[in-house]
Parts: sequence; C-alpha cells; structure tokens
Amino acid sequence: MKLSKIEDKLAVNKYDIDKERHIRIKEDICVQCEDHPCTYVCPADCFKIREGHITLSYEGCLECGSCRIVCDKDGVEYALPRAGFGICYQYG
Amino acid sequence: MNQKFDAVIVGAGPAGCACGIVLAKAGLETLIVERGKFAGAKNMWGGAFYGPSLSELFPNFWDEAPVERYISRHKFSLLSKDAAFSADFTTKKFGEPPYNGFSLLRSKFDRWFASKAEQAGAVVATGLEAEDLLWEGNAVAGIKAGGDELPANVVIACDGVNSILAEKAGLRGKISPRDIKQGVKEVIQLPRQIIEQRFNLQGEEGTAWEFIGSFSRGLPGGAFIYTNQENLSVGVVVQLDKLAEKEVSANDLLEDFKRHPEVANLLAEGQLMEYSAHLVPVGGKAMMPGLYTDGMLVAGDAAGLTLSTGLVLEGANFAIASGKAAAETVIRAKKRGDFSKKSLSHYPQLLKQSFVLKDLTSFEKAPSLLENPRFYSQYPEMVCELAEKVFTSDGLPRKKLWSMLRESQRGKISFWRLLRDLLRIKRSL
Repeated sequence: MKLSKIEDKLAVNKYDIDKERHIRIKEDICVQCEDHPCTYVCPADCFKIREGHITLSYEGCLECGSCRIVCDKDGVEYALPRAGFGICYQYG
Repeated sequence: MNQKFDAVIVGAGPAGCACGIVLAKAGLETLIVERGKFAGAKNMWGGAFYGPSLSELFPNFWDEAPVERYISRHKFSLLSKDAAFSADFTTKKFGEPPYNGFSLLRSKFDRWFASKAEQAGAVVATGLEAEDLLWEGNAVAGIKAGGDELPANVVIACDGVNSILAEKAGLRGKISPRDIKQGVKEVIQLPRQIIEQRFNLQGEEGTAWEFIGSFSRGLPGGAFIYTNQENLSVGVVVQLDKLAEKEVSANDLLEDFKRHPEVANLLAEGQLMEYSAHLVPVGGKAMMPGLYTDGMLVAGDAAGLTLSTGLVLEGANFAIASGKAAAETVIRAKKRGDFSKKSLSHYPQLLKQSFVLKDLTSFEKAPSLLENPRFYSQYPEMVCELAEKVFTSDGLPRKKLWSMLRESQRGKISFWRLLRDLLRIKRSL
C-alpha cells in the first residue's frame, strides 16, 4: 500500500468532471479568515493556501459537504454538481 | 404542466427506495429522482448492514441482493501506538438465515434496491437533480428538476445528510460540525483466499472489525475494517469540528491507522480501488430537524436518523424504517385526500412507535458522552499497558493485577475520573 497522498488516491476514482465548477469561495470573506478550517476538513484536499490566499480545485471533490458545514463565515458557496457529473463511485 | 404524481421521492438511497417500494406496491403514482448516474453513484457507507428492516420488505433478500459476505465474526480492538488489545466474537448462529448482518458495497446494493422499486411500479429517474421545491402558498407542491416542474401531492426528501430540500423547506437551519462525523474509506483489493486466511474465514463468512485508539490522536472517532468478497472496506470516522480544531485531516488519521502493525499486516500487498468520503449525522435526537410540513416529509440521513453509541454506528436500518413509515403516512393521507401538515403528523407518531425514535431516545445522552477524549487516547493506552504488564515475564517478582492496574492508570487519569466516566457510560449507553 504505497499510496498515501490524497492526489494519488483521487487518481484511482472515477469522475465525470464538469467544466462548470460547483463550489466557489468568496474571496472577500476568505481573506479575512484566519483558521481556514476548509483546508483541514476537505478529504480531497481541494482547498489549499497559496501565498496567503485560499485556492480551490473542485475536480477531485468527493461531494461530502464538509467544507460548507465547517465554514462558519459562509465563505463556501457549495452546490451539488450538475446531475450526472462529479464523483461516480464504483464500490461505495 | 407535467403529470401530477402522488409522491416524488428525492434520493434513491435506502430511505428513498424503501419508501418508493411501499408506495408503489400500494398503487400510488411514485417517482424517485436520483442525481447520480445510477443509484449508489454518490453514496458510501462503512459497509456493514444489520437489522430486520430490509427482510420485512423482502424476506430472504440475501438470496438475491448483492451481499458480499455475512458477518460471522465481530472484533473490537483498542490500539496504542504499537500494541493492540482485542475482543473477538464468533458464532455459527450468525451464519444461518436470517443472518445477523452483511458486508455490502453501496454502488451495487443501491442499484439493486432501486431496481426493486422499479419492479414494484415506481418510476426511477437517474441523472436528475432536484434543484428546488415547488410551492402552492405555504405548502410544498412538488419539485423543480432538470429545468422541469414536477408537481406532486407529497415530496419525501431522502436526499441525505446534506439535505438541501429540508433546508429549503425551512425544516432545518445550518448543521453544526459538532453533530457530524466524517468518514473516509478505502476499498482495498486482495485475492479471496488471502482475505479468508488473514481473517480466519470460510466460504461466505465475513468479519466486522472496529477500532479505537492512538491513530485518532485523541479525536472522537474510530476505524473499521469490513471484509467483502474480494476486497476490504477500510476507513476512519471522526468528528468534523475536531478535525478543524486540531488541524488534521481524516486522511492523516487513516494513514496512521493503516500503518499500525496490527493493521498493516492485514492490508499488505493490497491494491487501492477507490477512495471515498461521506458524512454521518451523529447528533442524535437533539439535531433532528422538523420531520414534516405541508406536503413534505423528511426521512433517513436527511432527518438525522442514525444511531451512534460508540459500539454501534447505524444508519441504513433507520433509513429503511423511516422510509417505510413515511410511505405509510402518505398512503393514509391519500385515502383521506389530505396532505396537510396535520395529516402528515402521523409520521413522527409511527417513528415513535418503532425502534427509530425509541433507540434515539434511549441513547439521547450518548453523543455528548462520546466526545470524551479519554476514550480515544488514555483508556486504550491504559488497557494495552496493563496487558503488556500481565503478559511480561522479565524475571522480576510478579505483582497482583490490582496494583498493575493502578500503575497503568497513574499519571494518565485519576481514579475518581475513571469512576465518573464509568458511571456516565452506565447512564448513557
């Protein structure tokens, strides 16, 4: 079992990636946030801090909804991916 | 204007399918809407399913449903950094119908369950997302899906833990991360014979193995391994707010768990097939949203109906039972031609009569008990240390058990705190 990094694990999953992003972050809110809980709770590591800013890559999202629940500043605009898109579990 | 359904069910998981089957069998025009490409595409669970709720719908379901293995062996381990103290229970009784439980994978199971709903006469529309509710005055009157309006007498929201519809109906506000556990899971493939050798299984026998201990770094949570036919479900479940507070990711805990010597041997040479994540509502009765309003009911995870007692984390059985209760309520409402809030108030009454709300009431105090960090660090360490002392033969004079226990407990936890924790367990579980 050599895969321990999240990005390697996500590469095994099946996705139908939408061109349209289903999660957005509200920059003006995120700039003021100090704790960045989204960066820890996202199991797909979608939220990263780069040069003091939060960046979001929605492609590997597992659609668990943790980011939305954990952000108490409403900085995460989370909608479900359009029907048929997103993660497609083969095992579950 | 589209055809008006008696009921539109949102979500083809265990709650939605059970509800759809009961409604369709009673002859009601029923539509199940599922946003995944197929039922199960968006779902994950730990992977062990117990309880009689499904065999009430389909006696001997195990003969046709895609069950992986029946659970004949239950194990529970306390892990310290490099030691494990385990309890192991097996009985041949669990290997005979009606069986006690099964390991299952959602992607296969939900597809089977949805096909049963179709056979019963419900329409199952996959790849269709419920975007919003339709309203007639203050009453829910259907859904908007795929740009269309789908009117219905009743909408049953079985759309899971993140239930957007329950929120839109004003039945609940924002969920607190304290009431949520995050599960991350890997499906790890191994040859069938290797699984059976490593877990001491024969034929279709299976193991459900739960763990608590050092890997969770004191965070409230645990880990599991369930044996499937040709793969293992391996995961951790941990309280969401604590991940943010302690600044760790559930994947880090999962990696620590997989590296524990007791676990690493079981997984050696395995191949990762899937990495998944899902949330579990564990707040119990206190987090339950409104369960009904005019023209709408909420069932399953969407209604927060799971039982978490530390030893048990059960949702599917509650989902199926609540889906059936919702269906019975709608059938009764249809006979009366009354889908108002008052008529639908029959639903919580049915839940109160069944194990669903009885169990949630019995274990009302469990969620706060389970936040106690001592269960996840000091106690597993203490037990492993004590076992090590009992089994160590180092040529020194042996001590009596009681004094070894006091030695293991000292420095970790005060005697009175230990007593108080025991009393709280007695009261809560």
